[in-house]
Formats: sequence, C-alpha cells, structure tokens
Amino acid sequence: MIILIISTLMAGGLLAWFLSKTNAHLSRIIALISLLLCSAAFLYYFITNHEIILASSGWLEEIHFTWIPQFGISFHMAMDGLSLLMIALTLFLGILGVLASWKEITERTGFYYFNLLWILAGIVGVFTALDLFLFFFFWEIMLIPMFFLIGIWGHENRKYAAYKFFLFTQASGLLMLLSILGMGLIFYQNTGKFSYDYIDLLTVQPEGTLGLLLMFGFLIAFIVKLPVVPFHNWLPDAHTQAPTAGSLILAGLLLKTGAYGIIRFVVPFFPVASHQFAPYAMVLGAIGILYGAVLAFSQTDLKRLVAYTSVSHMGFVMLGVFAFNELAYQGVVMQMVSHGISTGALFLLVGMLYERTHTRDLTQMGGLWQNVPKIGAVGLLFAMASLGLPGLGNFIAEFLVLSGSFQASKVITAVASIGLVLGTIYSLRLFQRVFQGSMHKDWRISDLSTREAIVMGSLIIAIVWLGWYPQPVIDIVQPTIQLVLDQMAMHATF
Amino acid sequence: MMNFIWLIPFIPFLGFLVLVFWGKYLSKRTIPLVGVGSVGFASLITILAGINFLSNPPANDFFELKLWTWMNVGGFAPSIGFHFDALTLAFVFVITFVGFLIHVYSAEYMHDDDDYARFFAYMNLFVSAMLMLVMADNLVLMYLGWEGVGLCSFLLIGFWYKESANAAAARKAFIVTRVGDTAMALGLFLLIIHFNTLDIHEILQKAPVQWAEGSSIATWAALLLLGGALGKSAQVPLQTWLPDAMAGPSPVSALIHAATMVTAGVYLIARNHVLFELSPIAMETVAIIGAVTLLLAGFAAIAQYDIKRVLAYSTISQIGYMFLALGLGAWSAGIFHFMIHAFFKALLFLGAGAVIHALHNEQNMFKMGGLKKELPVIFWTFLAGSGALAALPLITAGFYSKDQILWFAWSSEKGSPLLWAAAFFGAFVTSIYTFRMVFITFFGNVKTHVHHSPGKMIKIPLIVLATLSIVGGFIELPHNFGHITIFSDFLSPVLPEVVLGHEGGNTELLFQLFTGATGLVGIYIAWFFWFKNPSIVYNLKTSSFGKSLHGYLINGLGFDWLYDHAFVRPFTWISNINKNDAIDLLYTGIANGAQGLNKSFSRMQTGNIRWYATGIVIGLIITLAMVLFL
Repeated sequence: MIILIISTLMAGGLLAWFLSKTNAHLSRIIALISLLLCSAAFLYYFITNHEIILASSGWLEEIHFTWIPQFGISFHMAMDGLSLLMIALTLFLGILGVLASWKEITERTGFYYFNLLWILAGIVGVFTALDLFLFFFFWEIMLIPMFFLIGIWGHENRKYAAYKFFLFTQASGLLMLLSILGMGLIFYQNTGKFSYDYIDLLTVQPEGTLGLLLMFGFLIAFIVKLPVVPFHNWLPDAHTQAPTAGSLILAGLLLKTGAYGIIRFVVPFFPVASHQFAPYAMVLGAIGILYGAVLAFSQTDLKRLVAYTSVSHMGFVMLGVFAFNELAYQGVVMQMVSHGISTGALFLLVGMLYERTHTRDLTQMGGLWQNVPKIGAVGLLFAMASLGLPGLGNFIAEFLVLSGSFQASKVITAVASIGLVLGTIYSLRLFQRVFQGSMHKDWRISDLSTREAIVMGSLIIAIVWLGWYPQPVIDIVQPTIQLVLDQMAMHATF
Repeated sequence: MMNFIWLIPFIPFLGFLVLVFWGKYLSKRTIPLVGVGSVGFASLITILAGINFLSNPPANDFFELKLWTWMNVGGFAPSIGFHFDALTLAFVFVITFVGFLIHVYSAEYMHDDDDYARFFAYMNLFVSAMLMLVMADNLVLMYLGWEGVGLCSFLLIGFWYKESANAAAARKAFIVTRVGDTAMALGLFLLIIHFNTLDIHEILQKAPVQWAEGSSIATWAALLLLGGALGKSAQVPLQTWLPDAMAGPSPVSALIHAATMVTAGVYLIARNHVLFELSPIAMETVAIIGAVTLLLAGFAAIAQYDIKRVLAYSTISQIGYMFLALGLGAWSAGIFHFMIHAFFKALLFLGAGAVIHALHNEQNMFKMGGLKKELPVIFWTFLAGSGALAALPLITAGFYSKDQILWFAWSSEKGSPLLWAAAFFGAFVTSIYTFRMVFITFFGNVKTHVHHSPGKMIKIPLIVLATLSIVGGFIELPHNFGHITIFSDFLSPVLPEVVLGHEGGNTELLFQLFTGATGLVGIYIAWFFWFKNPSIVYNLKTSSFGKSLHGYLINGLGFDWLYDHAFVRPFTWISNINKNDAIDLLYTGIANGAQGLNKSFSRMQTGNIRWYATGIVIGLIITLAMVLFL
C-alpha cells in the first residue's frame, strides 16, 4: 500500500513532466488522476481492513528490505493509525492542491505538477519511514521540490522566501542528521552492530547530557518545521510567497511533519530528556500561541496574516505534545488534522480572492460580502474555525489540548488560553476587513465557481464532521498514542 | 414524546440550513414561512413536551436523551445529549415562545430589507444554539451553544455590515464575551481534572461528596464559571459590549440582548447551583456583582438619549437583579425574574423598534414625543411593559418578581441591609429612567411625524407580551398576599429553596408598601423633571458639574475609556510596532553578518602578492607565538 502510493505519486510526477511537452493541460489531468488512483486504492484498503485497523495496536503494514547492510541501513516502512490518518490528510489536501492550481499555474506546468507530486510522495514517506536514514531521505525529498515550488511559481519576493525556507529547514535538518548518526553509534557501542532501525533505536535510551543533546538535534529540526517561536521566521515568507497550492501543502502537511516527528521520534527516543525539557517546551508553546496571534493581528497582507495564525495554532501542538497525557495527545492529533483543513481552506480562499482582485492587501478590500456572499460565508466559517468555534474540528483540538495541558501545568495553560481571546481578535479582523464595512473599490468580481465550490464544500464537510463526530480519528490514533505514552511512563518517572 | 425533544433545537437549525442554501431562490412570502415557521414548530413541540413532562413527571424529575458520544478520550466522554427538567423547560419555553413572537414581529419589521433571508437564517441559527445551550446535558455541549449564540449575536449586531460602526460593535461584543468564555473554559478544564466528566448531573452529585464546603478548589471552579456568566450576561466588569450591541436590528435586541442570550449567565449559575453553594465566597461575589451592576447600569440609563440604549442599560440592570437573587440562594426568584423580564423587556424593545420604524429610523428620544395619540397600540403596550419594568405595585408582573428579590435581599440568610439598600435604590432609579423614557417619547409635543403605522404582525406580538407582562406575575404571589407558588413549586425539584435568616415574615408587608411607594415616587420624579419642568434638568445639564456628570453617565461610567486605555491601545501599539516581527532581525542579522564577512574576506583576495606574503608572515608569527606561550 505504502509503496503503491509513493511510487504512483512519483511515477505520476515524472509522467506529468514528460508529457507536458506535448500538451500543457495534460499534466494537471495526470496529476489529478494519479492522486485519485492513490485515494481510491487507499479508500479500498481502509474499507476492506477497517476492522483490523481499529482493533490492532501495532503496525498495520510493514515493508522491510535490506538496503545498505554494511551500515545497518534498511528500507523499512510501516504504517500505524497515526500514519494512516496523516496519509489520508495528505491525499485529501493533495487533490485539493491540484484543483487549486488548475487555472492559477500556467507556466512550466509539467515541472510544477512533478514537484507537487514529489512533495506529496516525500510527505507520505516521512509519515511511514521506520528507518532513520530512509526518514531523512524522505525529509529531503519533500524539501527540494518545495524549494522549487516557492522559488519558481511564487509571488513577487519568491527567491528570498525560497532561500530562507531552504536554509532554515536544511540547517536544522543537518542537526537531525547528526543526532541520527549519534543514535546509530550508540547502538553500535551497545550491541556491536549498526542499525538505524526505529525499533532498534528505541532500545538505546541515551541518558543525561548526551540524551539531551541528541534530543535537541531531532527536536530543533522538528520545531523549525512546526514552527515554534523563535524558529518561525521562514514561515511567513514562505507561506506568503508560495503559490496557493504551495501554501496549502506547507500549512496543511509540511508543518504536520514536525508534529509527527516529535510524537514519533523525540518523545519515544528520549522520554527522560523530553520530560526534563517539558516545562520549557510548554512555555515555548504558549509564547508561540500568543506571539503568533499578536503578529497575525497587525498584518495587512492577508496571506501573511493567515501564515501567522499558523504559528499561533502550532503553539497548541507544542503545548500539548509536552503535556504527556492522552487528552493532550488526542488534541494534538486533532489539531494536526483540523488545522490542515481550516488553514488550508483559508489559504485557498486568499488565493481565490487574489485571483479576482489581484491584491492581498487588507486595506484595499472591504465590503466584499455584497459581491461574493458565498465566498464570504465560507470565509466566515473558516475564520470561526480558526478562533476555535465549537462544532468545528479546531474546537475539539484546542479544547483537548488545553484540558490536557491544564493537568500538566495550570499556569502555562491559563496563559496559553489567552490565545483564545487573541484568536478571536485576529479572526474577526480577517473576516471583517475583507467582507464587511464599505467597499474601497468598485470590485466587480464573481462568486465561487463550481470547481471552487466543490473544493471548499469538501473542506467544510470535513471540518464540520470533525467537530461533531471526531471519534473515528480518536479511535484510529489511540493505539499509537498509547504506545508513546507507555514508553514515556516506562522510562521517565514523574 | 420526550424522545423527540431533539427536534426542538433541530428544526430551527433546519430552517437555518434551508435559508442559507435556498434563501436566494425563495420569495419574500416563503422566507418568513420557513424562518418563523421553524421557531413556531419548535415552540409547539415544547408545549407538547411540557404537557407530557408535567403530566407524567419522569423518575428523578428529569429526562435524559443521549444521541451519540461526541468524543471519548480515555474515559472522558461528553455526549451529544439533552437533559430536560423543570429549569430547562422554563428556559426552553421562553426561548421558543418569546422567540416565536419576535420572529412573527420580524416578518413585518424586516420585510423591506434586502437581506431578508439572511436575517432569518441568523435568527434561526441563534434559536437553535440557544436551545442547545439550555438543553445540553454536559458543559462542553453547553459551551457549544454558548459560543454559537455568541456567533449569532456577532452576526446580528453586525447585520447591517456596510456601516463600519456596526461591525465594530459586533466585534466588541464577540471579543468581550470571549474573555469571559475563556475563564469559563478554564473552569471546565478544572472540573475535568477532578471529575473526569463534564456531565452536569454527575458533577452536581459528585461535587458535594468530593469537595468540602468552602474549599478553595470549589471557589475556583465557581468563580471561573462565573467569569463566563459575567461576559454573556453583561455584568460588571464585562458589561461594556451590550449598549453598543444595540447597533443590531430591534428584534435582535429583543430576542438576544434582552430575553434570551444575555440571561445565559443566569442559567449557567442556576444550573450549576451546587458548585456555587459549595463556595460562600462565590455566592457573595455573585450577589455583590449583581448589586453593583444594577446600580451602575441604572444610573447610566438615566442619562441616555437613544431609546434603545436606555433599554440596554436597563437590561444590564435587571440582569443584575437576577444575579443578586442567585447570589442570595433565591434560585427560583432569579429564574422567575428572568421569565417576567423576558416578557416585558422583549415587549419594550419591540415597542421601541416599532417607534423607530414609524419615525424613519429615529432613535433619539428627544426628537420623539406625543406619540401617545399617533401610535395608540404601541403606547398602551409600551406602558404595560414600562409598568412591569418599574414594578408598579399589584397590577404588573414585574412587581411580583422584583419584590421577591428585594424581600430575600433583606430576609434571607445571605441577605444584608446593604444588599437590600442597593436593590431598593436600584428599583427607585429604575422607575425614574423608565418613566423618563415614557414621558419623553409618548407625551408632550409631536416632534417627528409618523411615517407609517405598524401592521398586524407587529401589533399582535406586542399585545400578547403586554398581557403576559401584566398577568404573568400571578403564578407566584407573596405568602402574605395570595400565596401562590406555582412557579417555585414547579422549579423545586431542581433548585433548592432559599434559606431564610433573621427577621420573620411580619415585616414583609411593610417592605412591600415601602417598595411600592418608591416606585410611584420615581414616576412622579420622572414626570416632574422631564415633563413638567424640563428646564431644571436642562439647566443642570448645562452647568459645568452637570455637564461632566452627564458625560460620565452617558458613556457608561467610563468603563469603555478605561478598557480602551488599559487593553485596546497597548495591544494595538505593541502589535503595530512589532508588525515586522523583531525576531526576524536576528536572522537577517546573521545573514547580513555572513554577507559582510564574505565581502571583507573577498576584498583580501586582491591578487597582490605582497598582501599574501604579509598575511603568511603574520599568520606564522601568531602560530609560533601560540606554540611557544600556550
């Protein structure tokens, strides 16, 4: 299954690139078809196996080949509930990404869709790789096409943004590579053989300063990606400058690889060190929530505003992950999914408005509800999602994270929950500045097209469904969360 | 029958969906059929459910209906489910029944608005969310309704969104209430830690077992919940949003900002009364906040020009009475006043709306006058509502509901002369500002002519509400006068009776006479200063002291100014100076530093051999020195 998806995406990307020479429109169709094929296969897999999936507590599917045996590097991939969920999100947002690019991208379409599909392939790989070398490999695969996506098809300041994105992630990735090597070496010292396998490295459990240092290697890579203040500066530029689908994938998926990494690797590998660092991490999370929200409020570039809301929302992830309890962890996973959907939707919305008005400047907009009430209603719904209105998925996420982190630290949570008020302030500003008040210009713009209505409609269904019946998501990831928490309980004493 | 109570919130929601998706295609005749019909249908089901509930009371005096488990995380499993008891029934009745009347009124009132469908969509959504709030069996679902009504309030205050002032008022309402909501959310987190559930019934049973009376944890829980109640119910210090909320259409003010949503705080406290009873400090806080609010808002009401702002401050003040009652442990008195207040305040807002409509959107009372003859139905119904608000003795419902609170402020165990004095003085102020409004608006010379007279759809709801404002009080009469206790008996399975303290009942009559007389004196004062001799007030207002006092009162006693300087400006200031993100300087600094180094190093590559030779020599010397001396 995993191989099928990744290879279909990669092959689809190559095909889209080569065939674009004959027909420029062919590439987008190929991209869509390959994503739909993956989704159909994935759906089929899920439907036929859903009983096993919900019942099992281990890996649902595992692929294991030796790759470079001299160094203990193997081609080891596996999928559990968390991976499954994240792959589902990847495919879903991937399809929407292609649809969002349908008309926006007119230059070098073949290469564009190649990059898009390869990013998605890299992301699926990241969510499933169980060999640390392989993981690092996929980590890079999603980085480089994204660099091109921003640098070639981005907005006015795209080169700067692309380099910034590349340097931040690459520098932090390097630290992770060092930590991976360090873990491998310790395993060699302990057992006399090389291995970079997740299962093997779980037994390493480095302690003391060494443990802390190795943990920081991983953690920094992940919190740059997440991002956590003060490592967030690549994000506003990258998100603002990227084409719509790029922002969608950055916010919806790439940031989630950071959260995934912390849950999958940092906490199980270094329970003791994580536990030591937890208070500081939670403070960083709370700072991120507030700092991102204050900055979001002051932005006049609509896209930049949405980008900073991501900084704020990902603060909840940081806060929750280091609270080490089930409520918070379920909240974190819900946040990963809901934020992917809601912020993805907001970026799509900004893209639609940009396509129509050719501006992202909030001071130029205003009163657009008169012209485009449908877009307005969608904007209202997702502004509400971003302020955490109950009935939408983000509420479940924030509520669970905060109620979990409250058990870990009342003070930090109380401070973090100021973010709920600040979230209201920036979300309302976003909605009102665009859609309410008087019109500054005589905009004559059209409302949602059918293609756009399908895209937004599916996002709305997803976010409402998560808000009213999140239990399937909770059940799917429960075993994964239990394992992480067990690992924590086994090694760290509270 | 009871298994169908989920339809009560669902049908208005369905109405909302229909209006959102098909509103554009519906004619102006069918839109109210959907919008008004859905609420009417909900009130019909309520009445059936009410009859059923009263004729076969369920075991434990409540009925539960769980639809599905919302989420289940490690045993914490709030459901989407309803809890239906006498308290719920009282609220659901007011919401659907008064809500229905207001919807009927809106069908005519909003008829000429371009966004007719959008208006009813929001109103239906509001009714649905409000019903969720009062029917929820757990606090998370209640929070859903709680935030839902907040959203609808935001949408309806800013209904005429093209005016940026309306949008600002809407925003303010949402943000200020959200401050309270955040406190409430923290309260929920605290309850989760201790009980691992937010099922209200379970918490109320477990709390007295787990927590000692007066324990600090119970106080924390109660105070945090109170935070939410203060925001929604516009009590000091979170009252500032309600006067501005009058930017919305008048039916909205009647439904949301008088009859239902703003009393959600009262519901929250009454529903969780066990938690509050565990904490004497919290109870005292509720009573004091109620007393302070009712006075402050009463003073502010006297100075207003805008008829709707008078009513807004009056609402804040009357909810202050409800809070006072709750703080005294006089639960059913608080709920009784809620119900009667819903009748007469909805009536007053609708009446004011009719006047505003008739005068072509004139809201300034001083440009009205003499409307008694021009709009007789409005006048008489408005007078009935005003009488109830001013608690005219014996003939109005407001007298019976308010008198109860005043009496308990004196005689209950938690009562005190000070609380009574505040409530008493507040009643006096109430009758002054109420009849000031009546005299200025309906008596004297005609200043603006009536453009068009209201039709049936506006008049009928007014008449029904006026009737209720008069006779509604007879279901609960003081024990020295009739002694009818239908309402408190009805609530007694849910809410405990008030604990009486000192002083027996023999002084009650004295107090009633005293209170009744003050109301009349208040009316006389209003007549004397604003009808007979307006020049006295005018002279006072133009004196320098009068001017500053008037300015202070009309602006709501300076709370807005304070919050603006303490929160809004610092926030926007910080936010604006850091617009470009100071942390980014660090990274651009690194980048610039690297570039600078690059430049200076590249400058050394001159191709000049003498430079290179010097470099080598200097390097050699440094290296040798290090080898020798270190």
